[in-house]
Formats: sequence, C-alpha cells, structure tokens
Amino acid sequence: MTQSGYASERETTEGRVFTVTGGDWDTLTGSVDPLSNEKIVVNMGPQHPSTHGVLRLVLELEGETVQEVRPVVGYLHTGIEKNLEYRNWTQGTTFVTRADYLAPLFNEAGYCLAVEKLLGITDQITERANTIRVLFMELNRISSHLVWLATTGMELGAISMMLYGFREREYILDIFEETTGLRMNHAYFRPGGVAQDVPESAIKKIRDFLVYLPKKLKEYEDMLTGQVIWQERTKGVAVLDVTGCLSLGITGPVLRSAGLAWDLRKTMPYCGYENYEFDVPTATTADVWGRYQVRLAEIRESLKIVEQALDRLRPGPIFVADKKIAWPAQLAVGLDGMGNSLEHVAKIMGQSMESLIHHFKLVTEGFRVPPGQVYVAIEHPRGELGVHAVSDGGTHPYRVHLRDPSFVNLQAIPAMAEGALLADVIAGGASLDPVMGGCDR
Amino acid sequence: MTIEPSESATDGVPVSADPVGADFDAPAQTPASPRKGMFGISGTGDVSGFGGLVRRHPEVVGTPKPYGGYFDEVADALEEAYPGFADAIEKVVVDRGELTLHIKPERIAEVAQTMRDDESLRFELCSSVSGVDYLNSDARRLHVTYQLTSMTYRRRVRLEVAIPVGGTVPSVTSIYPTADWQERETYDMFGVVFTGHPNLTRVLMPDDWEGHPQRKDYPLGGVPVEYKGAEIPPPDQRRVYQ
Repeated sequence: MTQSGYASERETTEGRVFTVTGGDWDTLTGSVDPLSNEKIVVNMGPQHPSTHGVLRLVLELEGETVQEVRPVVGYLHTGIEKNLEYRNWTQGTTFVTRADYLAPLFNEAGYCLAVEKLLGITDQITERANTIRVLFMELNRISSHLVWLATTGMELGAISMMLYGFREREYILDIFEETTGLRMNHAYFRPGGVAQDVPESAIKKIRDFLVYLPKKLKEYEDMLTGQVIWQERTKGVAVLDVTGCLSLGITGPVLRSAGLAWDLRKTMPYCGYENYEFDVPTATTADVWGRYQVRLAEIRESLKIVEQALDRLRPGPIFVADKKIAWPAQLAVGLDGMGNSLEHVAKIMGQSMESLIHHFKLVTEGFRVPPGQVYVAIEHPRGELGVHAVSDGGTHPYRVHLRDPSFVNLQAIPAMAEGALLADVIAGGASLDPVMGGCDR
Repeated sequence: MTIEPSESATDGVPVSADPVGADFDAPAQTPASPRKGMFGISGTGDVSGFGGLVRRHPEVVGTPKPYGGYFDEVADALEEAYPGFADAIEKVVVDRGELTLHIKPERIAEVAQTMRDDESLRFELCSSVSGVDYLNSDARRLHVTYQLTSMTYRRRVRLEVAIPVGGTVPSVTSIYPTADWQERETYDMFGVVFTGHPNLTRVLMPDDWEGHPQRKDYPLGGVPVEYKGAEIPPPDQRRVYQ
C-alpha cells in the first residue's frame, strides 16, 4: 500500500485500487506542502510594541510553531549598579528608583531596607515611616498591576483595556505626585525613613481612590473574564508548573498562578507586613489565565492593605531619631517642586551655625556604613526583588546588586513558548510582566 | 570596539572620543591601596587635616560556634550530609543576622547540590547570584555570592566563593537552572568564568564589548562638556569624600 497525495493505493490481481477518503488534511498537507520542513528565523524586537520595552526575541519557527526562542536583553542597560558606587548612600535611592520604572517605590524600599540592615537601624524605623512605606508600596503594586492589565490587554487585542488601565493608573500617579513631588522616580524612601510626610490632601485622594477602583475592577472583569477571545488567548497558554517555576527561579504572581502561595510579605515579613490582614491569592491553572486572575485578586488585596494602612497612620516622626543619619531639614513641596522648608533655611542661616555645618556635612559627605554585606528581599509586583549590598565602611556603597525579578523571570520564555504557537509567545511573555528597565538596570 | 573620532571642522567643539574601556585588560590606573586621606587627592590642596588618614579594608573573620538561630542547624545538617564539609568550607561568617558559608570554589557545585537535595536543608530556590570585586583587600579578589532560599523552612543562606582573576568556578546551572543568566551577568560584569555553563556569553553588555565593567579597576569615563573645552573628570578622580 502506498500513499499519494489524494488517496491510498494498492496493487491487487484486478489491478490498482484507490481508496478515497475525504477531508484527510494531515495527509494532504503533509505530502504537498513544501514549506513544512523549512525553518524561518524571525527577530521579534527590540522595537516591537509587544515586547514591553526593548526586549528582543530570536524565534525559530516551523510554520506557526515556535521551535526555539532565545531572549536577548541588555538594550536598556544603564549601569545603575556601577553608578551607585560613586554616590553616597542616600543618593543611591535616586538611582535604584530608575531601575524598574513601573515599581520605583519597591526598588527604593529594597535598597533602603538593605542600607538600614547594614547600619543596624532596622528596629529604629518609626511606626509612621513603616506604615507610609507599606501604604505607598501597595499603591505602587496596584499601579504596576494596572499597567500589566493595560499592556497585556493591548497585546491580546483588547485595546480599550489599555486605555482604562492607564486611566486608573493616573489616579495613583497623582497621589504620588501630591506626596513626593514626582509621578515616577520619586526617591521618596530614604535610608532611615521617608523624605517627607504625606499631606492631608493626598490622604483624601487615597480614600477617594479606595471607593473608585473597586467599581472599575468590576468593569474590567465584566469586560474580559467572560469574553471568549480573552479566554481562548489565555487559558492553557504558556503553562509553567511549580517545578518549572522553582528551577527557573520564577517568583511572584507567576509562581502563585501555579498554586504555590509564596509571598514574602507573608513568609518573610518586612516593614511590619505581619500586622496586616490580607490573603495570598493563588490559582492552579499555571497559565496566563491563572496569572490574570491572581493579579486581579492581588489588586483587591492591596486595596485592603491600603485601607488598613490608612487607619494605622498615626502622627509621629517619619525618620529615625539618629541625627547622624536623619536628614536635618524637613523637605517641603514648593511651587517649583521639592525643596527645603523655609523655616529650616531661616534657622541655619540666622541662628545656628552648627546646624548649618551638620547639614552641610550630611549632604555632601553622607554617613558612614559599617563594613559588611547583607541580602534583603521584598515582594515586588513581579516577584522577589533582592538587594545585595556590600559596604567597605565608607560613605559610598562598595557594591549593590539588584536581583530584579524581570531579569530572572524572562528566562522562562523558552520554557513557556517552545512548541507553542507564535501568538502564544506574546501572551506568555506578557504574563511574566517583564519591565526592561529593571531587567537591564 | 573602537569608534573613530569624527573629523570636526569647527574648532572648539568637542568631538566624540573613544569610548572609555575600549581597550581593556591593562587598566589605566589602579586606585592606590590602602586609600589615603579623605578627598581622594594627593599632593597639594588638602588643608583639611584629614590627609594623613589611612583606611584599610578590614579582614573578614570567621565566627566561632554556636552561630545562633537556625544557623547551627544548617551548618550541622550540611556537615552531616556532605562528607567533604571540613575540606570544602573555608569559613563560616555570621553577620547582621545572616549566615555566609565561604566555600572552596571547586566545591561549590557539590555543596549547592547537597543544599538543594538534603531533607534537612532543602534550599529549593537560588534567589540570586552576583559578584563583588574586592580589589586590594583580597588576593582572590573576585567573589561570587549565591543567595539560597529554603521555602520549606523559610531560611536564607549565602554561599560565597573567592577566586583570583583568571580563576574558574564550576557552574551551578545543572542544579539551579535559574543561575543561567545570573552567572552570565557575573561573567559579563566581573569576568568570572563558570566552567560547565551551557552558554557563557555576555548578557547585558554588547557581545563585542571588551572588559568587565563592574571590576573596581575598570576605567571610568568623563563627560566632555561644551564649555570652554572643559571636561568633567571621571567620578573616581573627582574631589569627593571617600
């Protein structure tokens, strides 16, 4: 029995017999398609709108099936870690905040916690400073997840989701601007506390936001969750189970979507997270759908934490009492942005020469940090953000390494995408939520 | 990688110079050791009275037992599970509530394997791999640190190896695949060669880059500014507190 393109044939004593069956597309295309064995190499990126910044994927395709993916990173490398070594410890926040630009406050928090651990002043951080940190980190987590929802929606064809996601994020950026003076790259958390207190107007805005966002979340769910296209594009796509996640070092929502409730806020608490009531949402599907559900649920949990943090916010100092570390002046938001408060300027210029000297020394020289090394990890919207800080006893960091979750998580793209369709590379890559500023540093 | 300076017809306008670090391997200058003074300058000009200060890098000393907390358990469990413990562990350091095991470089993969697999250790996750360059304070100046996390016991431990320039470290990618890119980054930034790594290429710097930028003797660049031919000196040559 032999096979031609259209029917199987067999030699019998009566002559050749053809057996014609219908609709056997596999046989048909297998024998006539000359392209089926031809591999195509496609360069996706670095300037592709679906690659979250400047990520390049080298894809080896057979038809529409991905045979091999090789992610290429480094296009946004700005030498943040090296730059830190030539600035004092306080100035470091200005650099790390620019790494993962969608979660700047987390970079600052990780860095500040590391410096504080090196200084041995972790216990001296005031209650109010810790509460403000938690409050702003959770707001930042919401804004980061909203951008994830927005960009992933856009990449999978839900353009309106992009507009809604960015619109709601604006509210959070307004709150940040009101408090820190900047919408992004705040340098708001400082080793020892936070740069300035939260104004009443910002508190009011946060309260309004707590009422506003749940309604909007409901709208997103109404729009996406039941939608057939959204389900088809996400369910069963880019599956990575717990074993795969752990061996590849994947943490955060991707790990939790595979069913492991590993959240550093619960398992290794910092900044007083052990005092807040919240759940760690998980899914068991280990696919893009699961990650979508986990992130939506995390926004709700973050709202719960924000509400509790607002209730816990008691008046008090926002910086450690140690005057060898604490910034001497209260900063104030002036018409032109941030600046020193006028009272402080009047004091150092008019009354106290010693205050002026102290201020000058602290700002130009900074404080010294006893030699040693620490590793501090916090739960970033994308997973574990680790800061390995080394001091040689000087006023500058000797070495700071950011273990950025985007960098580590991107290693999972080949595991998720190989053997799947080209379109699923986009969905899978987006579900990792990579931010190249953090990845490349 | 060299870029030819463009021929500029107009006088006084800065032209692009060779990127600093283009020709590496012979560093332009090595910071004097140990550091002297407070402002990083020598010769004249320092009337601060701090010019005589000499700062030395302190020696890292091992911590005697008991280490406290779960550190004793971890050290004992490793000693029990790994026969070459006495030979492989150079030093145990407990500092700021963190345990650091200094390991002989050639043994790191074996130790990591035991740390991952032994029932009483279970360090399932390799959180981070990174390098530190202890130029002038350690003869084996390049250190690689591995931050291991045990999700079962909620513990963290740091493994550290030290090699001289040109030395090699066995790769742990077969034990912790997540170390793949992180070892590549350590190679890229510090020039640490990981033997047995499947694809040890640069990851953040361009493929044709020469030198390893995070090394402490890597020359830094200044900024040519358009003001009377002035140039901002590289950060390590500016007058700063040290």
